[in-house]
Amino acid sequence: MSITLVKRRVIPGFGLTIGFTLLYMGLVFLIPVGAFLLYTTTMSWEAFWSAVTQRQVVASYKLSFGGSLIAASINLVFGTLVAWVLVRYRFPGKRFVDALVDLPFALPTAVAGIALVTLYASTGWVGQYLDIFGIRVAYTQLGVVLALTYIGLPFVVRTVQPVLEDLETELEEASASLGADRLTTIRHVIFPALFPALLTGYALAFARALGEYGSVVFISGNLPFRTEITPLLIVAKAEQYDYHGAAAIGTVMLVAAFLMLLIINGLQWWASRRHG
Amino acid sequence: MSIEIDHVNKHFRDFVAVDNVSLTFRDGELTALLGPSGSGKTTLLRIIAGLEQPDTGRIRFHGEDTTDLHVSERGVGFVFQHYALFKHMTVFQNVAYGLTVRPRKTRPSKDEIKQKVMRLLELVQLDWTAHRYPHQLSGGQRQRIALARALAVEPKVLLLDEPFGALDAKVRAELRRWLRQLHDDIHVTSVFVTHDQEEALEVSDRVVVMNKGRVEQDGSPEDVYDHPANPFVYQFLGNVNLFHARVHDGVARIGDVQLPAPEFQGYKNEHGQAYVRPHEIEVFAGREHSDALHAKIEVISVVGPTVRLELRTDNSEELVHAELTKHRFRALGLAQGGDAWIRPTYSRVFLPDERVSND
Repeated sequence: MSITLVKRRVIPGFGLTIGFTLLYMGLVFLIPVGAFLLYTTTMSWEAFWSAVTQRQVVASYKLSFGGSLIAASINLVFGTLVAWVLVRYRFPGKRFVDALVDLPFALPTAVAGIALVTLYASTGWVGQYLDIFGIRVAYTQLGVVLALTYIGLPFVVRTVQPVLEDLETELEEASASLGADRLTTIRHVIFPALFPALLTGYALAFARALGEYGSVVFISGNLPFRTEITPLLIVAKAEQYDYHGAAAIGTVMLVAAFLMLLIINGLQWWASRRHG
Repeated sequence: MSIEIDHVNKHFRDFVAVDNVSLTFRDGELTALLGPSGSGKTTLLRIIAGLEQPDTGRIRFHGEDTTDLHVSERGVGFVFQHYALFKHMTVFQNVAYGLTVRPRKTRPSKDEIKQKVMRLLELVQLDWTAHRYPHQLSGGQRQRIALARALAVEPKVLLLDEPFGALDAKVRAELRRWLRQLHDDIHVTSVFVTHDQEEALEVSDRVVVMNKGRVEQDGSPEDVYDHPANPFVYQFLGNVNLFHARVHDGVARIGDVQLPAPEFQGYKNEHGQAYVRPHEIEVFAGREHSDALHAKIEVISVVGPTVRLELRTDNSEELVHAELTKHRFRALGLAQGGDAWIRPTYSRVFLPDERVSND
């Protein structure tokens, strides 16, 4: 018998799978992103700086990052609530509601954008009543946040839901039997257990909102300085054959998104180390 | 602090979990609620704790009605089968939890909490784990921490739900002896739920046997084991053989064997079931007694110092289980497939109207 150096496993094929993984990552992800960054470096520093600091562009960063943060925050609260209801209670139509959560994953975002603008325009089903109170949704920043919230919801629900399912109700009962009131139990027992999942859900919803284009362009009206999101500006620049300008703004988005995810992953690593 | 359960009923949809149960647990007593799964013992324990609300009936602690009091205000220590330790907290933080969540007015100072927690950790012999996380401990250690956490709030009553159920046999045996000692030291009124009859008999001052939401018997461990109130308790507490018996004037006859049955004085020729424990059957290699029953030995299994035999008598369809010491087994020189003669030395007869339904 020969001596085998590789540990035998039930399912073999480490070499094949890692090879495929690297090839796949390279073709689909690393090469396009690398080429894009390389293209940006062909710009002079001055050209790059003036492209990314145009007033119109800076206004779009504010809306894109600010809107995405707000949308992700709204989803964090309401997504957690939806997950809680779906896990903890039994009610008629529960399966239907559960399926409905995935709709933003499947529905083309343009359809969602058109639906939202139809509903929330000042003549729409919902918009006409909001109009009475002077609240305008379509073609405003509020509309942008609404669209970003819509597409981010499933990310929070679907990351929190399984963790909540695994969370034993006994923990809450133990906390209560030790004299803790409901709020204390939520703060000291449930929240820390959900924290990593909340963070992941938040990061995913944020990242998704940051990259969203299809649904926003319909509801925002794309007014310069007011309702223009950064992805829209990138498309606009590219359509005007200003590839360098588009690449420069894209680089800013890429670096910012990367930093955000890095921070959130770091937080998660820190949390999981503490919580074992 | 005594606990009084007064005509408590609880059902889940059409399943009756607790069926009109009334019980009193005396101050400082360690009681086992013993029963098969689905007997309502855990539901009853959770009703005492306030984790479950009874449909009707009252719960009183030392005469004071606590039925409508929230769990957090009842002053109960509850220990769960799967420990329910807070994973993101250290052992110290877990034990201190009940003290740190108190409102500022009644909360002890940091130093007081620290002293108390360390004293409790010493009590459960785990003071060296204070800064570890639950996942770094073994099952037995976790359960001791859970107990220390429950004791930290100085509960009026301690309730334990299958506390050793998730542990392996050796740790189980160790922990239940330890629990008994601990109870002798701190004397808090305690109720623990178990489906393990050996555990109930070894640890408790008193055993309450439950089945289908009702109390079948309530008494000291010896009492319950030696004088089961009905066939269910007989069958649930240890192995038992069933024989057809004829009861006549205070005597039960199993085949030709005559056994005293003084409770049936005055009965004439009644058919009944005789319950005989495996160790209450004498085994002989030859026909030494004219009344012994002939049987074939089907299986011999040696379990440590005892030998268990499965025998088939000439006139019964069911196997008879007998238990004898290894020493006696060797002296008899019995062999698998060979002949043997058996004779019950003690039996308890129940007449058909007392028979428990089979489930």
